[in-house]
Amino acid sequence: MDFEAVIGLEVHAQLKTNTKIFCGCATAFGGAPNTHVCPVCLGMPGVLPVLNKQVVEFTLMMALAVDCRIARQSRFARKNYFYPDLPKGYQISQYELPIAERGRIEIEVNGTAKTVGITRIHMEEDAGKLNHEPGRPVSLVDFNRTGVPLMEIVSEPDMRSPEEAGAYLRKLRSILRYIGVCDGNMEEGSFRCDANVSLRPRGTTPFGTRTELKNLNSFKHVEKALHYEIRRQQAILEEGGEVVQETRLWNPDKNQTFSMRGKEDAHDYRYFPDPDLLPLVIDDEWIARVRNSLPELPDAKKARFEREYGLSAYDADVLTAAREVADYFEACLGEFNKPKVVANWIMGELTAHLNTENKSITASPITSASLAGLLKLMDTGVISGKIAKTVFEEMAATGKTAAAIVEEKGLVQVTDTTAIENLVDAVMAAAPAEVAAYRAGKKKLLGFFVGQVMKETRGKASPDIVNQLLKKKLEP
Amino acid sequence: MKIKKSEVEHVAHLARLDISEALLEKFALQVGKILEYIDTLNEVNTDGIAGTSHAIFLTNAFREDNIKEHMQRDLALANAPEKEAGAFVVPKVVG
Repeated sequence: MDFEAVIGLEVHAQLKTNTKIFCGCATAFGGAPNTHVCPVCLGMPGVLPVLNKQVVEFTLMMALAVDCRIARQSRFARKNYFYPDLPKGYQISQYELPIAERGRIEIEVNGTAKTVGITRIHMEEDAGKLNHEPGRPVSLVDFNRTGVPLMEIVSEPDMRSPEEAGAYLRKLRSILRYIGVCDGNMEEGSFRCDANVSLRPRGTTPFGTRTELKNLNSFKHVEKALHYEIRRQQAILEEGGEVVQETRLWNPDKNQTFSMRGKEDAHDYRYFPDPDLLPLVIDDEWIARVRNSLPELPDAKKARFEREYGLSAYDADVLTAAREVADYFEACLGEFNKPKVVANWIMGELTAHLNTENKSITASPITSASLAGLLKLMDTGVISGKIAKTVFEEMAATGKTAAAIVEEKGLVQVTDTTAIENLVDAVMAAAPAEVAAYRAGKKKLLGFFVGQVMKETRGKASPDIVNQLLKKKLEP
Repeated sequence: MKIKKSEVEHVAHLARLDISEALLEKFALQVGKILEYIDTLNEVNTDGIAGTSHAIFLTNAFREDNIKEHMQRDLALANAPEKEAGAFVVPKVVG
């Protein structure tokens, strides 16, 4: 039978605030265990949590960026369960009346556009961290992360393949980073994803039994785990079996999902409104102010890059995936207004260099102004395209400007026709056999002559002039 | 009976309370009486009255995003039955 996958994703994005959601403890990563704690986040009796306004601001930004409806009144609830990383015995979250519902995100897979619905966005607190001691019957608890603000973004079950799930996650992360509310680092856990997946016979409507996948801590893992889980469920269904509704953990070393044991207790969280926290009321003015503060978002920027700079859809997509890259591109254009040339150098040489050095574009040794300087030298014929690549390497290594390197190393392109003509004559005189062969019809030898002349000038001769002169002189 | 013994047992388990058979009977009876009493609230006509989760008419208490002084770690750990390397020690949790 032909099956269709139905996928929905839950993302937890850590908000980039200075302090926790309900107390003034720092959210900074990497402090010594239990040094960023206070009676509120430790759940001591008699304390009062107070909502961090910045958490609401950031959540509103994201909600508006993905076209959600904002609840004029929302509230916090207690989700009750026992686990050693949860000192209060409940997590403060939102259940009924979340801050935002019914949004959407546009994705594109293999050239096909699609809209993925956002069911809801809500605010909640993170739990602490359990460190397991190998070979010992204990775990160590660090509550520094307890109370760090999270935004949970729940999608509709609108995705039909692991690739669509990947595209959704990448777009979501791109938006989060554009608006600056989350750093989107999956490996460090500031952007976490759980996936719900089920299968149904293609062409039918009712959902099959789903499983929930956890421990998906990279984009690659999300897609691999979904591929594995779809195959696993398909094998069960094809044998006439039934998929068990359960939570499964992805094991990246074994490339398999495994049932999480010890969760046989049915979830019964007994949510109820948290009496310590007042209802949150958001008025039109607040919404309008946040909406006006939003920067240009990835989709709008991509469309503008295509329209304004004549870039291909692919180039515009690559250049706008991260705001920093788009900013770099436009800063470069401010000094050297040839969009396609700039795009090619950023996506080619610069990206390759940054990837090798494992650096972000904001830490690039070559600034947008210095890249523009290099491209200007090339464009005005001062240096050849080939030399430009050499100069680029040197700029990356030393941080010097292109002009300084060209000056220092004497790399100015030789455009003096007489000088090049003399070299052409010398090269031809030194290779009479090749000259004869060329004249007898072996035109491919032109490359050999060009190479010889370029070698003589250490790449500095203008390739155009060399080509012209050679062609003229080689004709019988 | 408003509440079954098995339900009391379930709630006790969720709260990690260990309750004897005799007490289960007793609590089922008592909780049942409380629930019956709450039923009298259902007799009040609440048409046109919005649901509420608070007894006071206040909204929007916020704090600014400024870091405050943290607690001394020794103090944070003072009540821990067992501690090690600045962390609370608990029985092994399946990771």
